[in-house]
Order: sequence, then structure tokens, then C-alpha cells
Amino acid sequence: MPDAFSLTGQALLYAAFAACIGWFSSHPVYHPLEADEALVKLSFSHAAQRKAPCRERSAEELQKLAPNMRAPLDCPRERWPVTVELTLDGKLLTRAVVNPGGVARDGPATLYARYRVPAGAHRIGVRMNDDGNVEGFTHQREETLQLAPQRVLVVDFNPGKGGILLQ
Amino acid sequence: MDRCFGARANPLRHLGALAYLMFWLITASGVYLFAFFETSVSGAHASVQAMSGRGLGGIARSLHRYASDALVLLVALHVLREFALRRDFGFRWFTWVSGVPLLWLMLFAGIGGFWLVWDDVALFSLGATLEWFDALGLFGEPLARNVLAPEYLDDRLFSLLVFLHVGVPLALLLGMYIHIQRVSRPDTRPAQALTLGTLGVLLALSLVQPVISAAPAEVARVAAALALDWFYLAPHALMYQWSPAALWALMLGATLLLAALPLLPHPGRMPAAQVDARHCNGCRRCVDDCPYAAITMAAHPDPRRGMEVAVVDAALCAACGICAGACPSSTPFRKAARLDTGIDLPLLTMDTLRVRVDAALTALRGDTRVLVFGCDAGADVHALQSGDTATLSLVCAGQLPPGFVEYALRHGAHGVLVAACAEDGCQFRLGARWSAERLQGRRAPHLRPHVPAHAWRLVHAARHDLRGLQAGLGALREALHAHAAMLPEHAHA
Ligand code: HEM
Ligand code: SF4
Ligand code: SF4
Repeated sequence: MPDAFSLTGQALLYAAFAACIGWFSSHPVYHPLEADEALVKLSFSHAAQRKAPCRERSAEELQKLAPNMRAPLDCPRERWPVTVELTLDGKLLTRAVVNPGGVARDGPATLYARYRVPAGAHRIGVRMNDDGNVEGFTHQREETLQLAPQRVLVVDFNPGKGGILLQ
Repeated sequence: MDRCFGARANPLRHLGALAYLMFWLITASGVYLFAFFETSVSGAHASVQAMSGRGLGGIARSLHRYASDALVLLVALHVLREFALRRDFGFRWFTWVSGVPLLWLMLFAGIGGFWLVWDDVALFSLGATLEWFDALGLFGEPLARNVLAPEYLDDRLFSLLVFLHVGVPLALLLGMYIHIQRVSRPDTRPAQALTLGTLGVLLALSLVQPVISAAPAEVARVAAALALDWFYLAPHALMYQWSPAALWALMLGATLLLAALPLLPHPGRMPAAQVDARHCNGCRRCVDDCPYAAITMAAHPDPRRGMEVAVVDAALCAACGICAGACPSSTPFRKAARLDTGIDLPLLTMDTLRVRVDAALTALRGDTRVLVFGCDAGADVHALQSGDTATLSLVCAGQLPPGFVEYALRHGAHGVLVAACAEDGCQFRLGARWSAERLQGRRAPHLRPHVPAHAWRLVHAARHDLRGLQAGLGALREALHAHAAMLPEHAHA
């Protein structure tokens, strides 16, 4: 028959076990952002323009190729890197040059970055260049947005939906 | 702890077994939850929400969660304890190293569970995990884009999450199975009292504080406050505090360090047990008693002596000597000048032991002469040494063949005290248990029944338990005196 000492000891230990699990399973409360912050996520997956356009092969060149490789057009697959700038109220938050993916540098350039910003009204500017033959930027967008606290503003790029997206 | 629970049900002595119990509880409650879970972005939150509160579903959900938390706590204590007892190297390296991946599997099995609830915590955790993996730069498309906007989220992703939450725990189970392969008779089932106590306390917690979900996940905002489960989700907070790369460095560094601990310089390994085929009859007692499954049987080189012979795998052998204590050839009454036995420890052979017993007995003086057998891992018996008390320490109490108790009593000792480690705290896992069972006649080789019960005593005393040791000796002497007083005429005859 267990004595009073051992029963008390067991009860205390079980209680401590339960208290530890019960507490740390939901405390302390975590604040991913400060109360007056919002989050800007800059992310895209975009295949930039090809570095060189397709070119017709001369008869001489075609002759040199194996018969099954004799395509009339030579299309280099390499793409330009994507340059992107993000400004907040005129100040540069980031400027990145993102190389295309893939061994042959022919895949999409991808980016994912997050910035904590103070909530409130902001002038958000996004500029992109996806074509090294063009000076300056190929796409840009600037807008004043009211960023409520805890809001996530996603800056994405989708040429099919009109280019730079702020959502 | 032993005083409160008894060694059989002392949670600290059975942390691995408790972890197994938690795994089964998580599995059982998980199967229930899975039956009512809806695998879709739009339906998941509501289907989990329906299983909240104090109904059957709510209890299953709370048990699932709290048992998972308990698993982390128990495994953390298990690792600390095994490390504190220096069980991270030598013949135990396999068990140690195979434990390390279990930590990752446990973490990922648990974190993946939080995603399925698809509330604010789920979104935070999934996003943080994906960002963490993106930091490796191995993936073409950033994984975190999957939770960027509602249009990127689809039910296919959700099916993948469910698949992970079933698959990773299965891998964990496989890992748990591998982890105990080098341990014979692994302790994977806690004693009934401990099982009931643990289940009871988790059930009580589930009723007092049922697990609840946060608001449904919404990618367009970050929750202002998250009630994180710190047992699993603490790494996310660390990642945002530091950086994904720093968290990788910490996690990989800690993993490598743990896995490499067995490689650090350690006290040299003791030479393994050796079999002497001439004295082995193939009875398999040593195979049964070896705590580390280090002995197998092979065909006997000399069929006249037996069908089979024991073979020791030196890589697995802990050099505990428990096998020598089990071998029928270890009886000290054999006439040969040298006591050769079937299986023996080079460190302390049965022959040396008999020589030492003889010497100790000759040196004993006084009216009640006591010989104490102890073990190097338990309480230090040499502290009891005096004119009428001789002490001998073995590698493990399980190394003592019970015949030595009778031998000592017949050669001049009035009493014999055998001091073993705490029952479930044996350095070599099973030594204290086997030694008790052999002396009490429940396991071969037995202490022969005609050995008078008052003349010997078994005491369990852990490393620093000198008081327990002294109490055992005191009780033995008392029994010897009481017996002597009952038979005055014999004393004079
Ligand atoms: C899910 C996680 C784990 C479970 C369920 C588990 C379970 C167990 C069990 C049942 C035993 C056998 C105990 C016995 O019969 O004496 C054991 C032994 C052991 N475990 Fe674990 N374990 C886990 C994780 C770990 C980890 C992460 C480590 C270390 C990195 C570890 C190190 C050890 C060691 C060294 C032993 C050997 C004890 C001996 O040889 O005496 N375990 N574990
Ligand atoms: S010394 Fe211990 S570990 Fe080695 S074979 Fe004998 S019983 Fe097994
Ligand atoms: S206990 Fe002794 S006799 Fe029996 S198998 Fe082992 S070594 Fe051989």
C-alpha cells in the first residue's frame, strides 16, 4: 500500500507534467509582427526575354549539322536576368538582379522576400526590367496604399494579368 | 522518485517506454481524427473545429495534441538522461546514433500536424517552414510561393500535407524500431500504474483545457497574436528572430554534434566476454540473459559436449559479465584448480572471483562474518569494509553466479549481502533484475533452496545510496543475530 509521502509525490509530479504541457502548448503568446506593422512580400516567378532572337541558319550551316538536327531556325535559349526595385515612400527597399533558373539559364527567375513595414499610407513603387536590350525598366507601377496593421501586401508579377500586381 | 513511484513505475527510469506509449496514443487518436478530417483548403478548418471541446472528437483531438507535446518532453528528458549516464558511446553507439534522426522525424511529424488545422497558426507554421527550406536554395521555385496568395493554394497541396502527416510518423515508427534493435528485451511498455497515471493525467488535461483552433487561415493578413505550441513551433520564432541560415546552422550543428558524440575520445572499451567451448554445453542461458543481444549460437566444435556453442559479437558486447553469471559452468564448487567457465569476462574472470572470495573469507574475523558482493556501477560496497565485513565489487551484480553465495556460506561466512543497482536503474539494463530473480529462485541458475533464507540478503542501492547499503547490512546482521539467539543449544554443541 503506497504511503502518503509517495502518493503526494506522485500527485505533484503528474500535476507538474500536466502544467508544463498545458502551458507551453499555447503560451507564451507570439506576435509575428508588432501591433503597428504590416508585411510586404515581394515574390515572382517570371521567365524574362531571351537574350538573342531566333536566327535563320544558312545552307552551309545546315549542311554541317546531323540530318536529324537540321532545324531551319537556331533559337538560343538563354534568358536575361530580371532586375527589380521596390521603393517605399520614395526610399529604395531593395534592388535585386535575379538570374534565370535552370542549367541552360532558360528558366524563370524567381524571388521571395519579406519586409516588415510600419502600417499606414505608403507610396509603393515597383520597377522591373526583364529585357537586357531595353534601357531602364520594362514594367513599373506606383501606387499609394493604405496598409492596415497585420496586412500582407503581395507584390507579384504576372504578364497575363497585366504585369506587376499589388494585392 | 523511486520512493514515490517504485522503480518499476518511476517515470525517469522508463522515459523511452513512455515515449512509445505516447506514440501509440497519438496513433490511436490520430486515426479517429483522420476519419472525420476533410482534406481541402476550404473544409479543413471547419472539420477540425467540429472536433473541439469536451465531446469524443474534442477529447481525441486534445489527446492527440497533448500526447505529441508529452512525446517531445519525454524524448528530451530521455536524451538528457542517457547523456548524463554517459550512454552515448562504446557498444551503445548504434542506439545513440540511431536516436538522432528520430528527433527530426518527431519534429516534422508534429509540425506537419499543425498545418492540417488550417488556422492562423497553421499558415504561420507552413509559411515559416517553406521559407526555411527555401533558404537552402535547392528549389527552383520558392516553396513559400505556395502560400503567397489564395490562387496558389490548392487541394493538391493539401493532400500532400496530409500524406506527409501520415508518412513521416510511419518513418518515425520505423526509426523507433531500428533504435532498439541492439537492445534485447527493450523496455517499450511502461508498467500498468505508470501507463494509467500518464493516460489519466493527459485525459484530465484534455477535459480541463481542450485544444482549440485559431481563426481560419487567411493569406492576406498575419495574425496579431498566435498561441504557439512551443514544443514544436519554437524553431519558427527563432528563425524570425535570427535568420533562416542561422536556424539551419543551429539545427544541423546540434544534429552533427549529437551524432558525433560517440566519436569523441572516451575511456577505452573493456574487452568483450570470451567463450570457452570446452565448458559450454549450449544451454542458451547466456543468450537469454545478455542485455545487448551480443550472443548467438553456432554449431558446437565438439558434439560430445553439446549441440551448440555460444558466440559473442565483440562489437555489441558491453563487458558486463551477466552471461558469466548465467552460465551453469560458473559454479565455484567445481574441483578444478582453475575455475574455467563457458563464457567469461577477461576483466574479472570467475577464477579470479573465486580466488578473491577465498582470500576475503580467510581474512574475516569476528562472530558474525559477512561477505558483501556489490557492483562497480552501484553503491560503493567498499565503504562497508571492516573486520567482520569483507567486500567484493563485481562489474555488475548480474555477473555473480548464485552458487557463490552458497560457496561463501559454506566456507566461513555467516551471512552474504548482495548489493545490486536500483531495480530498473541497472547500468547494464537487466543485471539487477536477473540477479534478484536468480537469488529468489525464479530464474536459472537458482540459488539452491536449502540455503537458509536468513543467511543472505539482496539490497538494491543506486550509486550514492550508502544509507540503503548500510540498512541492508544492518537488516542482514539483525536476522543473523535473531537466528543465532533462537538456536542457543546449537551454538554450544
Ligand atoms: C522517438 C524518440 C525515441 C524513443 C521512442 C526512444 C525509445 C527508447 C527505448 C524504448 C529504449 C530502450 C530502453 C531500455 O530498454 O533500456 C531506448 C534506449 C536508448 N535511447 Fe532512445 N528513444 C528515442 C530517442 C532517442 C534519442 C534522440 C537518443 C539520443 C540521441 C536516444 C538514446 C538512447 C540510448 C543511448 C539508449 C540506450 C540505453 C542503453 O543501452 O542502456 N534515444 N530508447
Ligand atoms: S558481457 Fe554482457 S553484453 Fe557481453 S556477451 Fe556477456 S551478457 Fe552480453
Ligand atoms: S550459458 Fe554457458 S553453457 Fe550455456 S550456452 Fe552460454 S556459455 Fe554455453
